[in-house]
Amino acid sequence: MEWLFFFEVSLAGLGTGGLYALTAIAFVLIYKATRVINLAIGEMLMVGAYLFFGAAAGWALPWWLAIIAALIGGGILGIVLERGVIRPLLGENPISVFMVTIGLGSILVGMVELIWTANPRSLPNFFPTDPIFIGDAFLAPKTFWSFVVAAVVIALFLLLFRFWRGGVALRATASDQGAAYAMGINVPAVYSLAWCLAGVIAAGAGILLGSIGGISSEMGFFGLTVLVVVIVGGLDSVLGALLAGILIGWMEAMAGVYLGGEYEHLVTFILLMVVLLLRPYGLFGTREIERL
Amino acid sequence: MSILNVEGVSLSFGGVKALRDVSMQVEKGSITAVIGPNGAGKTSLFNSISGFYKPQEGRVLFEGEDITRLPPPRRAALGLGRTFQNIALFRGMTVLDNVKLGAHVRMRTGLLSAFWYLGKARREEAEIREQIEREVFDFLEIDHIRRHPVANLPYGLQKRVELARALAMRPKILMLDEPVAGMNREEKEDMARFILDVKEHWGMTVLMVEHDMGMVMDISDQVYVLNFGQLIASGKPAEVQANPEVIQAYLGSGDVSTLREKLGARKRVA
Repeated sequence: MEWLFFFEVSLAGLGTGGLYALTAIAFVLIYKATRVINLAIGEMLMVGAYLFFGAAAGWALPWWLAIIAALIGGGILGIVLERGVIRPLLGENPISVFMVTIGLGSILVGMVELIWTANPRSLPNFFPTDPIFIGDAFLAPKTFWSFVVAAVVIALFLLLFRFWRGGVALRATASDQGAAYAMGINVPAVYSLAWCLAGVIAAGAGILLGSIGGISSEMGFFGLTVLVVVIVGGLDSVLGALLAGILIGWMEAMAGVYLGGEYEHLVTFILLMVVLLLRPYGLFGTREIERL
Repeated sequence: MSILNVEGVSLSFGGVKALRDVSMQVEKGSITAVIGPNGAGKTSLFNSISGFYKPQEGRVLFEGEDITRLPPPRRAALGLGRTFQNIALFRGMTVLDNVKLGAHVRMRTGLLSAFWYLGKARREEAEIREQIEREVFDFLEIDHIRRHPVANLPYGLQKRVELARALAMRPKILMLDEPVAGMNREEKEDMARFILDVKEHWGMTVLMVEHDMGMVMDISDQVYVLNFGQLIASGKPAEVQANPEVIQAYLGSGDVSTLREKLGARKRVA
């Protein structure tokens, strides 16, 4: 019976881990293409969740239409942030840009609170509610379905990144901007594309996260754990982001159940410190990353 | 007939004048070289032509069209291909992927249509790939390393892959920034042969910046000499080689100020 419980907690942890991995991909995408450490990723996720809430509850759209609207809104938000705020800062000190993204996060929180107030809300449920059993282990249907969706989206993204010409342009830009520019790749457009895709992914993660635990203007704190995930995985590694996301999701669930809820984040940050001590460039990161 | 005209280009970074009133012409189907001592402004001139720098004064004309303000990708589409002084390959990708990216500029299907009409995009990619394999890989003798990641290749081969990538763009003018820098004699000879073949068999125009005088004098049709951001001589290799100012610029007069004076005097006379 003990093992069954362990298995159930593990599955729940993997469920959260899937969301970490998904959001971490949005983060890594921006970092790889534009070398910007975007601390506002958690807030972009929150805005996505609120856009869904606004479309589904406010305009009373059917849930699938509301999701599409929120994803498009997230993409537009990404483009607006890139063109309006990040592009003019090109070539500035990376720390300035980093600080600006922190400011962006606060502004997004403020805007959401102005429109929807600071009260927590719950999202309309759109997942099937039949309980899920894997073997004998029970899994909350929301966790299960959000993991499935996250996994599908991640797989889709990896395929795009590998085979789509836009993905190839992204990888080329991440690898050598100057050469990409001279090869006829429109690098500024690639920047916008990276932020747009990241915005869409973050909005999707926000909807999933919100449908599990409800939404509030403080949801952006999720981004803090995502930051740990990408640093542990190595800032510029997609694979690292995936594995670290799953690992940290699982560890948090374990710590929460066996040690108590207050240990969840403690364990996460201890892992961060250990990884940084042993491998300062993250588990899968490139060695020559310029550290902030 | 000249394919590329540089007219009175001046470029400065803050107070530093990297280029002063530089004019040059590249004849279609020729090999034109820009030489000069370190810091003479060769790479600045190159970057002004390929669009990485925007000169404050002057114009760059390509096939008669003013391209001074166009961003690099547009120039690439018009037919300017280049390599870099420090190898600028896409590390982590294979040789084939690198070279295929050079062909990127030739694909007609746009980013989104390549996504939606997978069939058409795939056909196009297959065609381009076949073409690349036939021409570029055989020509540069890199067929055997097609599947290798570029990061692990020896320096000389990396330089060759970079040339292959530029050739895959099928440019009208191929710009080479120090194509034989850091190579041993054998690698240099190979590269010189490839550059000559590019001109003779493919009919491409080549513009190169190079330090290696031997190679420049051997294969160039026209040589321009830069010093302190100014053009001090131009002509056939033999003429340039005999020019006392060039000799002085290269060997040094022992005193920078006399050289500057001399340059100033030349300008006043002109």
